[in-house]
Amino acid sequence: MALPDAGALPSLTPDEVRRYSRHLILPEVGVEGQRRLKQARVLCVGAGGLGSPAAMYLAAAGVGTLGLVDFDVVDLSNLQRQLLHGTGDVGRAKLASAIDRLHAINPHVHVEPHHTALTSANALDLMRGYDVILDGTDNFPTRYLVNDACVLLRKPNAFGSIFRFEGQASVFGVEGGPCYRCLYPEPPPPGLVPSCAEAGVLGVLPGIIGTIQATETIKLLLGIGQPLIGRFLVFEALRMRFRELTLRRDPECPVCGDHPTVTALIDYEQFCGVSPAALASGPATASPGAPVPAPDITPKALRDWMAAGTPLVVVDVREPQEWDICHLPGAVLIPLGELPQRIGELNPAVPVVCQCRSGIRSARAAQFLRLQGFQDVRNLTGGILAWADEVDPTVPKY
Amino acid sequence: MRVTVRLFARLRELAGRGDLDCECPGDAATVADVWQQLVARYPALAPYERAVSCAVNAEYARRTSPVADGDEVAFLPPVSGG
Ligand SMILES: [Zn+2]
Repeated sequence: MALPDAGALPSLTPDEVRRYSRHLILPEVGVEGQRRLKQARVLCVGAGGLGSPAAMYLAAAGVGTLGLVDFDVVDLSNLQRQLLHGTGDVGRAKLASAIDRLHAINPHVHVEPHHTALTSANALDLMRGYDVILDGTDNFPTRYLVNDACVLLRKPNAFGSIFRFEGQASVFGVEGGPCYRCLYPEPPPPGLVPSCAEAGVLGVLPGIIGTIQATETIKLLLGIGQPLIGRFLVFEALRMRFRELTLRRDPECPVCGDHPTVTALIDYEQFCGVSPAALASGPATASPGAPVPAPDITPKALRDWMAAGTPLVVVDVREPQEWDICHLPGAVLIPLGELPQRIGELNPAVPVVCQCRSGIRSARAAQFLRLQGFQDVRNLTGGILAWADEVDPTVPKY
Repeated sequence: MRVTVRLFARLRELAGRGDLDCECPGDAATVADVWQQLVARYPALAPYERAVSCAVNAEYARRTSPVADGDEVAFLPPVSGG
């Protein structure tokens, strides 16, 4: 990215000079660097686990304008890691609590809230006005969208992503450097890589990865150091180990390659196989003629079946630690990953209702069982969360 | 020939370990050959074939990239949490 001419930079007030004094005495930052930060515009996509520490440190560092994209509401289960939001913010829009928190840290920072989902329709316009994009999203469709939009707009993407105890970070979308698609040309089939909501995540992990993203953002804005371009950083919290793999731009990359085939934003839900149309026709990589998904059953219908003594077995495909939080009466626990090996425990002649937390993993399980010849397989819509909402409010939601 | 395999994230969980040795027949192989050996040992990894990225000696590699005796081959699934 081209750095702005020093003469055009905003000056610092005496108050700002005192606030940023520990930056100003660093030769690598100095007054000019601090003025660059004040001039800078950074867009954080997502105000959750990664966006929280990233936005807080960027605000404290004096980045002049921070854009935030999020449409979510603060949930109690966010507070274990999303430090932008406090206990009193539960139920508020994430952007509302984020603005309060960021202004409490640094009132000099201008926060631009974008209370919307980032979509193919709005991404280019929304991102165009920023210098660096910080990807703190929590799903594959939005990650591919952010990547492609950054490449098309030639904006650096300070990338971070997390899973349980492991994190990844890099800088994509810089001229000559690789993009996310150079590393992962195609998304995983839906359901193969669980989200934080499904898999759990160590609360401090996004703090580590999000602050790496903020560090890279500041380095890019100041033009200092060796940015994480062409290097993919992998962090393992349980081993407390960072590994790095070197990465080159792929000349055959569909987005940043020599002959790109993606020259405009596409339908990312469909690309990742998670749109209703794509799900109905099977995952993105499935061959034509893939089986139709198993039919659904609502929590109330299942309750009525159970009350009537209808022969059926509820197969809970969550993990044992989720089972320990709550489970349905009479259900059997077979985690999704063990289902292929343990299918012999199920009788194909007895109707099966697959159930998980929210209905996504169990849909995969139900489809798998149908493929294996089970005739009567249903998927509990909305999982145990919907059961708690519609049938048994004493079941704790997580 | 023998290579060291490193698995990350979900792959590590499915295999039950992150570091393992892998024996490939002959003295020339590709990343794809190593992956086939792995899947034979851990069938649960099979669905990840097209989704993982790979590295040989900490350098991004393709499935067709050559692997030599003593190399370290890493397989990284994408993660999406934020
Ligand atoms: Zn690329």
